[in-house]
Amino acid sequence: MRHTTRPAISVAALLAALPASASDARYNLQTPVTGIAEQIHGMHSWMLVICLVIFVGVFGVMFWSVFKHRKSKGAVAAHFHENTTVEIAWTVIPVLILLGMAYPATKTVIAMKDTSNPDITIKATGYQWMWGYDYLKGEGEGVRFFSSMSTPREQIEGGAAKGAHYLLEVDNPVVVPVGKKIRILTTANDVIHAWWVPAFGVKQDAIPGFIRDTWFRADKEGVYRGNCAELCGKEHGFMPIEVRVVSAEQYAAWVAEQKKRMATQAQPAAPQASASTASAG
Amino acid sequence: MSAVSHSLEHGHHAHQPSGLMRWITTTNHKDIGSMYLIFSFIMFLSGGVMALTIRAELFAPGLQVVQPEFFNQLTTMHGLVMVFGAIMPAFVGFANWQIPLMIGASDMAFARMNNWSFWLLPPAALLLLGSFFVPGGATAAGWTLYAPLSVQMGMGMDLTIFAVHIMGISSIMGAINIVVTILNMRAPGMTLMKMPLFCWTWLITAYLLIAVMPVLAGAVTMILTDRHFGTSFFNAAGGGDPVLYQHVFWFFGHPEVYIMILPAFGIVSQVIPTFARKPLFGYASMVYATASIAILSFTVWAHHMFTTGLPAAGQLFFMYATMLIAVPTGVKVFNWVATMWRGSMTFETPMLFSVGFLFVFTMGGFTGLICAIAPIDIQLQDTYYVVAHFHYVLVAGSLFALFSGAYYWLPKWTGHMYDEKLGKIHFWCSIVFFNITFFPMHFLGLAGMPRRIPDYNPMFADFNLMASIGAFGFGFSQLIFLAVVVKCIRGGERAAAKPWEGAEGLEWTVPSPAPYHTFEEPPVVK
Ligand SMILES: [Cu+2]
Repeated sequence: MRHTTRPAISVAALLAALPASASDARYNLQTPVTGIAEQIHGMHSWMLVICLVIFVGVFGVMFWSVFKHRKSKGAVAAHFHENTTVEIAWTVIPVLILLGMAYPATKTVIAMKDTSNPDITIKATGYQWMWGYDYLKGEGEGVRFFSSMSTPREQIEGGAAKGAHYLLEVDNPVVVPVGKKIRILTTANDVIHAWWVPAFGVKQDAIPGFIRDTWFRADKEGVYRGNCAELCGKEHGFMPIEVRVVSAEQYAAWVAEQKKRMATQAQPAAPQASASTASAG
Repeated sequence: MSAVSHSLEHGHHAHQPSGLMRWITTTNHKDIGSMYLIFSFIMFLSGGVMALTIRAELFAPGLQVVQPEFFNQLTTMHGLVMVFGAIMPAFVGFANWQIPLMIGASDMAFARMNNWSFWLLPPAALLLLGSFFVPGGATAAGWTLYAPLSVQMGMGMDLTIFAVHIMGISSIMGAINIVVTILNMRAPGMTLMKMPLFCWTWLITAYLLIAVMPVLAGAVTMILTDRHFGTSFFNAAGGGDPVLYQHVFWFFGHPEVYIMILPAFGIVSQVIPTFARKPLFGYASMVYATASIAILSFTVWAHHMFTTGLPAAGQLFFMYATMLIAVPTGVKVFNWVATMWRGSMTFETPMLFSVGFLFVFTMGGFTGLICAIAPIDIQLQDTYYVVAHFHYVLVAGSLFALFSGAYYWLPKWTGHMYDEKLGKIHFWCSIVFFNITFFPMHFLGLAGMPRRIPDYNPMFADFNLMASIGAFGFGFSQLIFLAVVVKCIRGGERAAAKPWEGAEGLEWTVPSPAPYHTFEEPPVVK
């Protein structure tokens, strides 16, 4: 799959002549940091090329006709109105192209659904309007905290300059080790939310009363940002997701620090109380 | 022509109330068609004002114009008003005016029911628009009204549910009327496979409406009882499932997409052969393609739900079925291009809008195919990419086809030629501003901007600025259309019975404007 899509990606980049640098995805999907996101990125580029070729073909013919077959240029209308061979061809060829598209997509769907044997399992709970995280299994088991947007109100209302991570920053980010399979269980407390980190190729609805799951394995350390992706009420635009992918040592240190915090502190603030401050703030 | 002069005479003798009562009591398909069209244009402008308020807020990062709560009300009502108030009634207006004229019938089969199906709409519109002014404001759950968010809403939601019920009844009655008219009232000699393609697409659309409007009514009724009568269809705590709502809604919602595009295909299939002066290429395959799209549309609903956590088998089934729809849709596009090929074309405004439709709608088709691929869709679901996609098929698709049809038949309806120069300006402004508005949204969605948010990170600022400027340009361009229509009704060059050289069909055998009663004695089609 990889070696077939690579040339396609470069062709797509050449054709579109996109000025975007690798880190700054202004015209394309965000730079992938997981295998799944990479497959999605490759598939998208590949499909873009196929669509572009068909587009140029069909509209090349159409615009040729628009410019040549004009009455003002003395064109006289032909009278044909069917041609079985042509009609069969343009039914069968698209089917073959679609089969070519469906094959890699099927493999990716199956890979995305394979949440077995995770190294760490984290439950993400959507609240109106913040996220709660429980580290259920693996290193860090027992860590739990709430995570709400940390962008100050003055920035939103125009009283202060907007930071680089405006609306995409939180007080307590999710921390995970690099290269480990992380399984995310999603659920919600009130309405449907969706846990989405574009660079991971992960978007999973969080449904109240039900548990769904998804997974990712981040290949690169860094901070990755996303949003709640399902309309969930008035602060829907203000419940970001921030994931820090760190080395194994940093992760161990973070877990130790969290354990200490949890031992000294009482339980984290009740969701309702925090939710009301979030909406007031 | 003797049938026509007879009917003119008859028209003068008919007892008819005048003034407002004429319009309230009319059972004439032409009067009712005009009312549908005027109603839908008013709704189009109302939904447009909401869209422009949304774009004003999104002009720059930060909250400047509206608060998030009201913003969500605007996105919700914009969708509901445009879908149920503007696009659907506009197509019914075309059906009322044109189907009897095209099949040689004297009127719709159930003329009184026709009156009633129109007059249900204004009260429904009042409920919808009036819900902004009730405590808590209009519903802000998105036009899809997903539970449990819609269960949380204030009384604006109840008004919307009631409005959806009324509009649904209106659509079902309208659809039954169209089915019966087409099946029973065709002129002698007009077999189904001789029928103009616009009638075919509407016949199939009418069946879709009858099949799915009750499903929508069921979905919103379940929300209503969850809200007020203690049921828990969509509440897990009571044994329900929030995702059930999505299944039911999209079982309606996906055929609904084709309800809004099939009649557009029909209009374009009338206009392109006229201005290419060449018969439609592949008439039979057009009919079969329309029917297959309609049938397939019942098997793809869960492609709107790839992120809900369907099992792999479910994702694969809905992905394959969705991709399959590209085949008949492609056949249609190829047929239209083949119709233009080696024609003798002129580019009056109807043709411009049809060619514009073909070009821009196909771009929406490509993004639709990309969204059909489940893994890619999971990235793009609920982003601006999807917003771009469905505006390419609904604005550049349905709306451009409606404009095309309006310019095409205005001479028949008013008896005057419209102002060709203004029409062309309307087209060029529309297509340029449309693309300035919606093309950048693809990039926004790919880069990760969610839809339905009132504020965004500054990295999305430039494309949003562009989209907002385009949106205002597009909005104001539509006033040109209003000016053209008003001017055309008031006067202008007299239109001949057949104002377009290449036009074919029974509607061009009656004088322009079409007399109040036509085809009281059915014409004979050879
Ligand atoms: Cu949310």
